[in-house]
Amino acid sequence: MKEKMGTTGLIFNEPLLWEKGSPGRKGLSLPRRDVDETSLDESLAGDGPDFPDLSELDVVRHFTKLSQWNFGVDSGMYPLGSCTMKYNPKTNERQASIPGFAGAHPLLPESLSQGALALMHDLQGYLGEITGLPAVTLQPAAGSQGELTGMLIFSAYHKNKGAPRTKVLIPDTAHGTNPASAALCGFKAVPVKSGPDGVLLPETVAELMDEDTAGIMITNPNTLGLFEHNIRKVAAIVHEKGGLVYGDGANMNAVMGIVNIGDIGVDVLHLNLHKTFSTPHGGGGPGAGPVCVTPELEPFLPVPRVVKDGDTYRLDENCPLSVGKVHAFFGNFGILLRAYSYILSLGKHLKEVSQYAVLNANYIKEKLKGHYHLPYDRPCMHECVFTDKRQQEHHVATLDIAKRLMDHGFHPPTIYFPLVVSGAIMIEPTESESKETLDQFIDAMKQIAQEAVDCPDCLHESPQFPKVRRLDETAAARNPCLRG
Amino acid sequence: MKAISELKLPEDVRYTDDHEWAKKNGNVVRIGISDYAQDQLGDIVFVELPEVGSTFDKGEEFGTVESVKAVSELYMPIGGEVTAINEALADEPERVNSDPYDSGWMMEIKASDPAELEALKSKADYLEMLKG
Repeated sequence: MKEKMGTTGLIFNEPLLWEKGSPGRKGLSLPRRDVDETSLDESLAGDGPDFPDLSELDVVRHFTKLSQWNFGVDSGMYPLGSCTMKYNPKTNERQASIPGFAGAHPLLPESLSQGALALMHDLQGYLGEITGLPAVTLQPAAGSQGELTGMLIFSAYHKNKGAPRTKVLIPDTAHGTNPASAALCGFKAVPVKSGPDGVLLPETVAELMDEDTAGIMITNPNTLGLFEHNIRKVAAIVHEKGGLVYGDGANMNAVMGIVNIGDIGVDVLHLNLHKTFSTPHGGGGPGAGPVCVTPELEPFLPVPRVVKDGDTYRLDENCPLSVGKVHAFFGNFGILLRAYSYILSLGKHLKEVSQYAVLNANYIKEKLKGHYHLPYDRPCMHECVFTDKRQQEHHVATLDIAKRLMDHGFHPPTIYFPLVVSGAIMIEPTESESKETLDQFIDAMKQIAQEAVDCPDCLHESPQFPKVRRLDETAAARNPCLRG
Repeated sequence: MKAISELKLPEDVRYTDDHEWAKKNGNVVRIGISDYAQDQLGDIVFVELPEVGSTFDKGEEFGTVESVKAVSELYMPIGGEVTAINEALADEPERVNSDPYDSGWMMEIKASDPAELEALKSKADYLEMLKG
């Protein structure tokens, strides 16, 4: 296709549901009553919730129109750095809708849930094999909750040794949720500055690591998209002082099947199934953030644990050192199922996922580095980070570049993150995109760089094509309107 | 964003490496963030400040400032006890952007060691650091 992908079309306005419909209108007919009418206890009576009265068609059109204002991976490339917005194969949905799984209830007895338990048991095994950390819990519902579980394990481990610790080291290139997770567990987050090449220096860690420090939380590859090549040395320094190493596995898409996380010295790692293992990100959920640990830390994993006795599967609650439950029942089972489908669909080709993800990011980096400032010019992993330094002389900022990308039919990349890079533009194409799509994206970015020189105001006034134009993000943050 | 030559850097305040400023104001020391810091952060939407009466050492985190781009920590230029905070910032955080040294001040402290103030950067030193 030669034309720019973004174009204009007929877009519908749509009011709130409360402004639609009319009193008494119904979306469905209840079946004829087959029990006698009885009076209701007055204490149970009261006003119902304020729901609008709508027909089925009112509702269908409402949400169809809203979906047309939206943008997702199914509509176009979504290079949101650090979020791994890869395509979610439709076979995952097909497997998840198998009636035996879709209709399973968490309170069914173990004897009637053998299939679901077998799937969870096998998935734990696969994730253990992929990461090299063989003991796995599937319970956490998100990456952040996986981090929290990991920090609870840090805390339980040191308490069990009889010497609780108070601090956790967190590099400036780690994910932003890391310090929050540590703080929630009562640890003081101690920032660690990365070296001039954007990676951790062992000597910096050695200076800060002491016997009151529970361990370190490392994102590898880090948020600059760079592999922490000193990880083994860093892990040895932390272990020597009795600390543990937490790996933020949110960037696992770069190293799956290539790096054995256990071998490089990581003790605890969370995975984001909704990133690396192609389950939907949804509207902020549900996600899944399984945690993989070394055999030594297995006793601390949340309960219940799925175990196999001979040919049958059961749930084990008898783990006295466990950090307890972190989610109702067994986590987001429907999401686990989709990840299982993805792993079995790809099999030995899982490794190629990471190889293509890294290749795609490096392709974009090489093609765009003549047009945008590249703060760390070395091979990247699954994402690359540019800045607006060259565009600033034309008074064009990262935000303008991101907004203009929408007009070209692309979701904007992650911006102003990582914080260690001023005006960061963080691009993660994932393995899903073909070379043709990558070329279209590169071409759009080049056009925007040219436009920054020729017509800065065109960028300040972008986006031009979407349903809503430039939003006032400052007003939205200062005076948020949280009611419909 | 502003060029370095466009920055407002008053002579009568002292600066830190983390872009806070401190200024002696009678018996207390007033603290805020520099014009460079507010310009880098962009539109500020929330300023989180400690309670009056809290005590911090030099370099300790005393609060956070949230802009549309990021949340950043604020560090004590010198140690001391908080005697007042700028209540107006709760409703008008934009004052930090428009007037960082005056109506956009953040808090006042009773310095535990007034000599610490002298150790902070002068305008010339701070400007030198910004020029890199």
